[in-house]
Amino acid sequence: MALPKYTEPHYRIWHYVYLTICAAVFFFLIAPLFVIFPLSFNAEEFLVFSDGMKRLDPDAFSLRWYKDMIYGTKNPWGLATKNSFIIAIFATIGSVILGTVAALGLSSRHMPYKGLIMAVLISPMIVPLIISGVAIFFFMAKAGLAATHLGIILAHIILGTPFVVITVTATLSGFDHSVTRAAASLGSNPVNTFMKITLPLILPGVISGGLFAFVTSFDEVVVVLFLAGLENTTIPIQMWTGLREQLSPTILAVATCLIILSTLILVTAELLRRRSERLRGINR
Amino acid sequence: MSSETQKILTTDGIPLEVSLKKAERRNKIKAFLLVAPLLFFIIITYVFPIGDMLMRSVDDKMVTEMLPKTFKAMEKWDGKELPEEEVFAAFHSDFIKLVEEKREGKLSTQLNYTKNGFKSIIKKLRRKSKSFEEGNYKEQIMAVHKRWANVEYWQAIKRRAPAYTGQKYLKGMDMFKNENGEIVSVPEDRRIHRVLWLRTLEIAFFVTVFCFLMAYPIAHLLATLPMKYSNLLMICVLLPFWTSLLVRTASWMILLQQQGLVNDFFVGIGLVADDNRPEMMFNKTGSYVAMTQILLPFMVLPLYSVMKTISPSLMRAGKSLGGTPFVAFWKVYFPLTIPGIGAGCLLVFILAIGYYITPALVGGASGTLISNQIAFHMKSTLDWSFASAMGLMLLTGVLAIYWVYNKLVGIDNIKLG
Repeated sequence: MALPKYTEPHYRIWHYVYLTICAAVFFFLIAPLFVIFPLSFNAEEFLVFSDGMKRLDPDAFSLRWYKDMIYGTKNPWGLATKNSFIIAIFATIGSVILGTVAALGLSSRHMPYKGLIMAVLISPMIVPLIISGVAIFFFMAKAGLAATHLGIILAHIILGTPFVVITVTATLSGFDHSVTRAAASLGSNPVNTFMKITLPLILPGVISGGLFAFVTSFDEVVVVLFLAGLENTTIPIQMWTGLREQLSPTILAVATCLIILSTLILVTAELLRRRSERLRGINR
Repeated sequence: MSSETQKILTTDGIPLEVSLKKAERRNKIKAFLLVAPLLFFIIITYVFPIGDMLMRSVDDKMVTEMLPKTFKAMEKWDGKELPEEEVFAAFHSDFIKLVEEKREGKLSTQLNYTKNGFKSIIKKLRRKSKSFEEGNYKEQIMAVHKRWANVEYWQAIKRRAPAYTGQKYLKGMDMFKNENGEIVSVPEDRRIHRVLWLRTLEIAFFVTVFCFLMAYPIAHLLATLPMKYSNLLMICVLLPFWTSLLVRTASWMILLQQQGLVNDFFVGIGLVADDNRPEMMFNKTGSYVAMTQILLPFMVLPLYSVMKTISPSLMRAGKSLGGTPFVAFWKVYFPLTIPGIGAGCLLVFILAIGYYITPALVGGASGTLISNQIAFHMKSTLDWSFASAMGLMLLTGVLAIYWVYNKLVGIDNIKLG
């Protein structure tokens, strides 16, 4: 942001102060994530930068914590990773199907009690997680689903659908309904119209909602803490236990992998958002 | 040929009005059927269980079921002086049955909640009751321990007669019902819950303020920079947003530890002595710093989406009409961003007030919030009805804020990413 030449000196100073403040805030936001990278390659067991690391001595770095993460004896990460992916994938599929179908109904102008129903559907996102955790635990315990994969998947569908409903209704708000009417007038049945016309057009919204649902499930710890037994341990539970007991460098290796995963998800989400805006003809 | 009074008919001969209404209704049903699966799923697995929490939080049937005859006999008792033989006989009969079922321990725990001192006298009663003779139970029970002859203990039992109670809610606010049925506060040194509620509000409020102060300048920068720079900077906001909460908490645990980088930095610039490094974690500071960074994106995004819609020509117009840049900002730009400020602040406040994971890890004893207390009662003391009561008190607060949010910005306007 170049300033015009006629800017008075004190505004010029203020402008640089403002830029400095912004830089500091950006630093505060992003820097903590980058502490994890180098420390996860630490050759020693301590979670501080060793003198060797400060000198960039190659011997001070190692992959030992990554090896420990993958091959370590009685390590829980293999089971946790498997569980996390199974739960997150099924929860995402469930959320996307239920959420997309519901969003189609909600976007219809014939929908009765729209506000009220929307409020109920979004409520799991607004209610503090601890309360959701307690309530869902009571339900699952009664239904005999506590400490089962199915119970956790259902719980994560509850938490994930609001995101799908919100993103898909947002995509549908710019949707031109005359194309579905055109399809119907050409003799297509509603299911065929949805699969061939509507779905391809709202797909970016559906996928980005699905990404939210996936991340919600993959990162969810409060509800799982109430529901999971030993067999259902997930990555967040293992991290939670590890952080509570002793912060080991292995956790940082896992954290690094998670940061890489979230970067991939971010890039996908951004690309989808842009594609969706282009498809809906929103130019910026 | 048809006159104007005649109704317009469709080709089937049905009046158009009727036909339209039918189609309208069919469309309504169609739309509702699409929403129905998710709606019923959420109602059954989520809304009803929250209702279940409400039932649990006021449920006090346990003692009512354990002493049915006693409470029946107590109906006639005025509760001023020691009850008649009839009550003692009924209590004895209930108690014998409990001992047979080995449930007298539960009774003593429950009654001890109401009044301290029941545990030992119930144990004693169980031992002595084996050699009780038939008849004249009043004297025999009173002879077991002098507390059984004290009317206060019988009053305490009577207080447990109703099947429903609000006492868990009172306990959540550090209050209780005393012998005379008045609602009073517990002694000042035992008011743990009020401290927690106040601390939760305090931390949520200040985290919101810090987030606002930090988010406003960068949201403004993001909204005014050319697209190619702002997209790059947006990543700095979105990457933390998408990164696991536990990862971000872990990074703060590393940074804030006593030998951590933040302390290293303070020592380096000479702010603190090397042998006197301050504790920045496991206290309120830890909660403040970590929660502010974690919730910051939730403030930036709504602010950004509002600022993006403000035309830069408005500021130029303000300046050209003689305002200094500061006046133009304060009188023109700032008022236009108020919807974004409202949305961001309420979003952050709602999230902060129910925070659990981060305070539990970096908050220590002085930085934990009400959510931690709920989890504690769910997992450690297993007092689920109290956890439910506290959860519902928190929920009421959040819903009130949410209602305001809905009035101000509308729930459809929540923007994600």
